[in-house]
Amino acid sequence: MTFEVWHGLAAMSSPDIVHGSTSIFSPDGTPARSIYGLSMLVLSVTLSIFLIVGGLLFYALLRYRHRASDPHATEEPAQIYGSNQIELSWTVIPILIVVMLFLATARVIYTTEHAPKPAAAMDVTVIGHQFWWEYRYPKLGIVTANELHIPVSDPKHPTPTYLTMSSADTNHSFWIPRLAGKMDVIPNRVNVMWVDPANAGLYLGQCAQYCGTQHAKMLLRVYADSPGDFATWVARQQQPAVQNASVAEGQAVFQHNACISCHTVAGTVATGRFGPDLTHVGSRDTIASGAIPNTPANILTFVDNPAHFKPGVLMPPMHLNGHDLNVVTAYLTSLK
Amino acid sequence: MATQTPVPAVLDQTTAAAPRSMVLQVLHDWLTTVDHKKIGLMYIGYALLFLVIAGFEALLMRIQLAIPNNTFVSPQVFNRLFTMHGTTMIFFVAMPVLFGFGNYLIPLMIGARDMAFPRLNAFSFWVSAFGGLLLYFSYFGGSGLYGAGSAPDVGWWAYAPLTAKAFSPGHSTDYWTLAILLTGVGSIGTSINIVTTAISMRCPGMKLSRMPLLVWLYLVMSCMIFVVISPLTAAQIMLMLDRYLGSHFFDTQAGGSAVLWMHFFWIFGHPEVYVLILPAFAFMNEIIPVFSRKAIFGYPAMVAASVGIGFVSLSVWAHHMYTVGMGPGANTFFVLSTMAVGIPTGIKIFNWLATIWGGKIHFTASMMFAVGFLFQFLAAGLTGIMLAAAPFDWQLGNSYFVVAHFHYVIVGGILFSLFAAFYYWYPKMTGRMLSERLGKWHFWLFLIGFHLTFDLMHIPGILGMPRRIYTYEADRGWMIWNLLVSCGAVVQTIGTLVFVYNLIWSYFKGPIAGADPWDAWTLEWSTTSPPASYNFAVTPSVGSRRPLWDLKHPEDPDSNYE
Repeated sequence: MTFEVWHGLAAMSSPDIVHGSTSIFSPDGTPARSIYGLSMLVLSVTLSIFLIVGGLLFYALLRYRHRASDPHATEEPAQIYGSNQIELSWTVIPILIVVMLFLATARVIYTTEHAPKPAAAMDVTVIGHQFWWEYRYPKLGIVTANELHIPVSDPKHPTPTYLTMSSADTNHSFWIPRLAGKMDVIPNRVNVMWVDPANAGLYLGQCAQYCGTQHAKMLLRVYADSPGDFATWVARQQQPAVQNASVAEGQAVFQHNACISCHTVAGTVATGRFGPDLTHVGSRDTIASGAIPNTPANILTFVDNPAHFKPGVLMPPMHLNGHDLNVVTAYLTSLK
Repeated sequence: MATQTPVPAVLDQTTAAAPRSMVLQVLHDWLTTVDHKKIGLMYIGYALLFLVIAGFEALLMRIQLAIPNNTFVSPQVFNRLFTMHGTTMIFFVAMPVLFGFGNYLIPLMIGARDMAFPRLNAFSFWVSAFGGLLLYFSYFGGSGLYGAGSAPDVGWWAYAPLTAKAFSPGHSTDYWTLAILLTGVGSIGTSINIVTTAISMRCPGMKLSRMPLLVWLYLVMSCMIFVVISPLTAAQIMLMLDRYLGSHFFDTQAGGSAVLWMHFFWIFGHPEVYVLILPAFAFMNEIIPVFSRKAIFGYPAMVAASVGIGFVSLSVWAHHMYTVGMGPGANTFFVLSTMAVGIPTGIKIFNWLATIWGGKIHFTASMMFAVGFLFQFLAAGLTGIMLAAAPFDWQLGNSYFVVAHFHYVIVGGILFSLFAAFYYWYPKMTGRMLSERLGKWHFWLFLIGFHLTFDLMHIPGILGMPRRIYTYEADRGWMIWNLLVSCGAVVQTIGTLVFVYNLIWSYFKGPIAGADPWDAWTLEWSTTSPPASYNFAVTPSVGSRRPLWDLKHPEDPDSNYE
């Protein structure tokens, strides 16, 4: 409990927690930082208004409360019906405040949504699915799922990542609070946003538009890699799936079941598109869209009954016997 | 040439019916009534019933969210709970309770004997009531032939394409659609009635410029309903066409547009917030002056601000859509219009402040709720300005910050004003005062519960917690806030139970109110409590905005100053 309190407060105040933090007040990318600047301005203006108006109200309530001890307690107070000058003043001052806030807001809108795209920018296509994320790197020939790897963006030589987004089914929303505001992922529509993490590390988030039963466990994980790490990751992802004789039995079970109707394992007969690409599933930290750590035990349980972790998930239970479950788990774990 | 009818033929010669039992008599009386007061009370009773149901749904959700990875309810049940909670609270609690007060008070405040169209009034109530029953019938009939789902689970916005046959099989979404459609018919009917009544049924001497502000606000609200219910109804019909006749308005799989539904929904949905808050302003405009013992400050400015809010609020809807990728031009426009609506709203708060200033404030339970309203509505308006700034909303939109913001408006604003209205007008409606002692218990309990819940609920939003999730990860630092929020919900529940107990106890044991317990100034206090079915034995005639002030202070009547 005390840990929770500390953690919550720390997440609000400290800008350098990387893991676990999804606070909008610890920005680590240009869009999130410019929003943070605007939000501090808006917060200070609205807080001032609250203190002034609330203070006057509080004073009036105390000062003008009815007191039985007042010698004129039974008389009505002086009746005042209004004043055009006063009305005018408390109309004009708010108008000025609104104009100021509007201009500051419009500026952040345009600098974020109209930012020129550098030639060095990365392109990733994001496709929202019930209840997982598909990532495709068209220029690199990579298809992956649920764990997005992007390069760190050095402010001197920015390499932002442009996310071109659409949905395969219902509405979703892509939200990594520390990197940028959210952008909705809508079927039959293409939206674009960009992120430029300043530091290497893991940035968390989750789907922010109600998309169906398992909306809650449609988590987002963005890995900002140093240039060297990113190149290594790309090189590995571009390979077809590893072929390993020791898990051939599991591969056979996988390929003789319905798995291949929905999942792709590049270089094999598995070419389904409905579920996440599993070519390098063994190299990921998590499965089930970030819901559970990628351990053999979790894979086994998930394949046996996906709804155990995610009730409402679209993958059906595979009804494999214990032996088949074990060998398929070994096969999937081997797909580094 | 007409022949003279023989006298015996026009006399009723049937034997008198056997006297019905007392229960049947009362039931028949209420079911067939066209009296605006009885219809008003039925609206209020109906809304209170649904308030308890939807409040219970909220409580279940708060239990589920108190700790991370809780399994108190399944995701399916949770999704139905938030859909039903939102739909019920907006369409079957807030709308009917506000219509109920309007129905009850408007004829009394303008010196009329009933609404302009009494039978339309009854029809509107019953059709709205039927809509609510239909919505809840989905729990039994929603599975249809498919055995899928029971109550709707699409959220109260019912965004496309989640409502398409592919994602919502069975009939739960149909029950939702029909319920909204029917209650929309009722809302339009009552609005026609309110507008006509306010325009054409005022007593002699009551010019529009002397009409009580409450009636003004209901007039503006009703005019807004004409504009905003129509697109909602149109969208429901299009959705039905999509689901049953193969059209593709919102069917994204066949080239339809999900964003089209959002526009249809929010051109209803945002003005709807003002439809709900205007009656809350209406109550404040009557209650604050009476308990400050001063005339309302700036009556013409209050009317102008209300009409201004009515117009401007029709142009702000897409601030609910800053994240759908409308582009910088549209986003910027809606930032301006949304911030602009804060100006007339601010004028109202300043005028209430000026009304209190220099008064002699009596802190009755009613006034205490009104004071709570003022502070909380101020805060809710300011978090609204934060959300109006589009980039800030890119972060906060669809997070728990938004949930906290609109509950601040709806609970901290509208519900507090409603409680104030209950303590103020209950004596008129029943002839007995509500217990002030229980009222103060109710106020303090509810105030503490409210702030515990909705102040702290902003924080998980800032920490990145999206809304409409049935559970959350343990490592995000959201747990302590959610736990405290859930505790607040329990305190609010206890406060509400005190209120319900007060309503029942006072009906039988409360002190007799008399015609004018608050020494007030508008016409409803000039007749008996409760008023006779004809309201006024003699049609009153007024010479100012505060006719009873003029009667009580003939040496210094308002008519000298207006």
